[in-house]
Amino acid sequence: MKQMVVISGKGGTGKTVLTASFAVLAKNKVMADCDVDAADLHLLLHPTVKERHEFRSGKTARIDKDLCQGCGECINICRFDAISQDFTVDPISCEGCAICSYVCSVGAIKMEENVSGEWFVSETKYGPFVHAKLGIAEENSGKLVTAVRQAAKEIAEKENVEYVIIDGPPGIGCPVIASLSGVDLALIVTEPTLSGIHDMERVASVAKHFGILIKVVINKYDINLENTLNLKRICEQQELEIVGQIPYSRKIVESIVNNIPFVEHCNDQTAEEIIQIWDTIK
Amino acid sequence: MIISVASGKGGTGKTTVAVNLALVLNNVQFLDCDVEEPNAHLFLKPDIKDKKIATIQVPEVDESKCNYCSKCREICAYNAIAVLVPDEDIKKGSILIFPHLCHGCGGCTLLCPQNAIKEVGKEIGMIEAGNCGNMEFIHGRLNIGEIMSPPLIKQVKEYINPLKTVIIDAPPGTSCPVIASVKGSDFCILVTEPTPFGLNDLILAVEVLRKLNIPFGVVINRSDIGDDKVDVYCREENIPILMRIPFDREIASLYSRGIPIVQEKKEYVKKFEQIFDLTGSQRQKSFYMKINL
Repeated sequence: MKQMVVISGKGGTGKTVLTASFAVLAKNKVMADCDVDAADLHLLLHPTVKERHEFRSGKTARIDKDLCQGCGECINICRFDAISQDFTVDPISCEGCAICSYVCSVGAIKMEENVSGEWFVSETKYGPFVHAKLGIAEENSGKLVTAVRQAAKEIAEKENVEYVIIDGPPGIGCPVIASLSGVDLALIVTEPTLSGIHDMERVASVAKHFGILIKVVINKYDINLENTLNLKRICEQQELEIVGQIPYSRKIVESIVNNIPFVEHCNDQTAEEIIQIWDTIK
Repeated sequence: MIISVASGKGGTGKTTVAVNLALVLNNVQFLDCDVEEPNAHLFLKPDIKDKKIATIQVPEVDESKCNYCSKCREICAYNAIAVLVPDEDIKKGSILIFPHLCHGCGGCTLLCPQNAIKEVGKEIGMIEAGNCGNMEFIHGRLNIGEIMSPPLIKQVKEYINPLKTVIIDAPPGTSCPVIASVKGSDFCILVTEPTPFGLNDLILAVEVLRKLNIPFGVVINRSDIGDDKVDVYCREENIPILMRIPFDREIASLYSRGIPIVQEKKEYVKKFEQIFDLTGSQRQKSFYMKINL
C-alpha cells in the first residue's frame, strides 16, 4: 500500500482539482481529505456518509461562579489571556492547559472535554472516502488530520487497497506536518508566480526535513513562462523531479462549478496531462 | 484601527487585496500574519531594518534537583513531558521534554514541588520589521519543521501601533492560526471567488467571524469566472460586497511578477480607496447595532 499526499504551500494552486482527478484515475484506493479547516474535496466526490465519529480533543476550563472567591490567581497565571476580569473563560482563547484548575484554592474550576469536530467514513462512486469537519473556531486540526489518516489507512489495510490518496492543506505548519508524516510520496502542486515559487520552496524544505520523496507539478505553467523556467531551474538544483505541467484552462473552473472531477468533465489536452501525471507517479 | 484580510480558501487573493489596500492609504502599518507562507514582502519589497528571533518558553529540568515525582508529566495537558522513574532495574531516572508539543503554559515550572524546572526560550521563527516608503512593514517567518504558528502570530501582533491604520494579511483556513491573526480586528475583509470551493470556505470563515464578533464584508475576486451562488449567499445573509475584481490576464501576470495592481492600473486606486470607505461605514453600522443591543 502506497500513501501519497498532494500539498502546495500556497493555497489555491490546484490541490483538490488534481486529487479529485486521481480519484477517477486510480483503480484501487481510499481517498482522504486532510484539509480539515476548509475541506472541499467532498464537493467533487459526492460522498454518502456511512459512519460519523465525534472528534474529541482537548479540554476547556469552566469556572463555577458560586464557588469562586474572586482571588484572581487564575487570571494571573493564565498565559493565554483566556479568563476575563469577571471570571468568565473565553473558550476560543483557552488552550486547555488546566493550570488554572490546579492553582484555584477553592476548587471552582473544572476542565470539560471539547467536541471539536467530526470525521466521516463515506462511500463514493470512486471508492471509500474519509473526510472531516473541524468545529467553528476550534483547534487541534493536526490531531483531526491524524484521525482521518488513521481511519483511511485502516480501511486500506482491511480491504487490501493499493493507494491512500490524500488531499493536503496549504501552509507548512501543524496540519501539513500531520498530513505528511510517513507518506511514500508528497506531490507538490505549484504555479509560476513569485508567491507560488516562494511557498513551494518552503513546503519542499519541510517534506525534505521529514525525509519524504517529493515530486512537483507546475499548474497554469503558461501564465508566466519566465517564472516556469525559473521554477524548473530551482527544481533541478534541489533535485526535485517535475512530473507534469498543466496549462491554464477556464474549463477547470467549469468543472468545479459543475461539481465534477476534471478528467471526467472533459478530455482535452489538460486532462491528457493530468492522466500522464497519474501514470508517472502511480 | 485594525483591518484584517482573511479567506477560508487559499489562493483567492488575500495578499493582493491587503497589499493594494495598504498602498492607497496613508499612515499604514502592514502585518503579514501568514507566518507559514508569508508573501506580502514579494509585492511590497520592504527595506528590512530589524530582525528578531521569535521564541516560545519551554521547560528545562535541573535533574540534580529532580526526584522524579512525575508531577510535571501528570499535569502536562500536551504530553510534552515523559519521566523515567528509577526503580530496582533502572538505577538512574531521567526526564524527556518534547518541545514541539509544548504550548508554553508554564504549569510544570509553577507546580514542580522541587523547583527543578525553569523556562528557556526555544526558537520557532523570525520576525522582520522595516518599511516600504512611508509604510511600516512587519512579518513573521515560521522555521521549517515547526508546527506552532499561533505564538509567532501573536508576537508579530505585539508590534501593532494603534495610532496607525493596521492592515493584517491572515493565513488561509479557519482554525487557530486564522483566529490568532484576526482576533482584535475592527473589521475583516473576506476574499473569495465565485466557485463552489470559494463559497463553501467563505461560509466557514463567516461562521468564525460571527463567533468572534468581528464585522466583515466580502471581496469577490475573479468575479466573472464561476457562478452567482456567492452573490446569492451574501444577499441572503445580508453581507456587504465591498468590491469585485474581474478576471484579467494582465492582473494575473502582474501578480505572477510580484507587482501590485495599483502600481500599473491606476483605475484600481479609487476602487481600493472605496473599499476602505465602505469598511468605515460598515464598522459604524455594527457599532450602533452593538449599542442598541
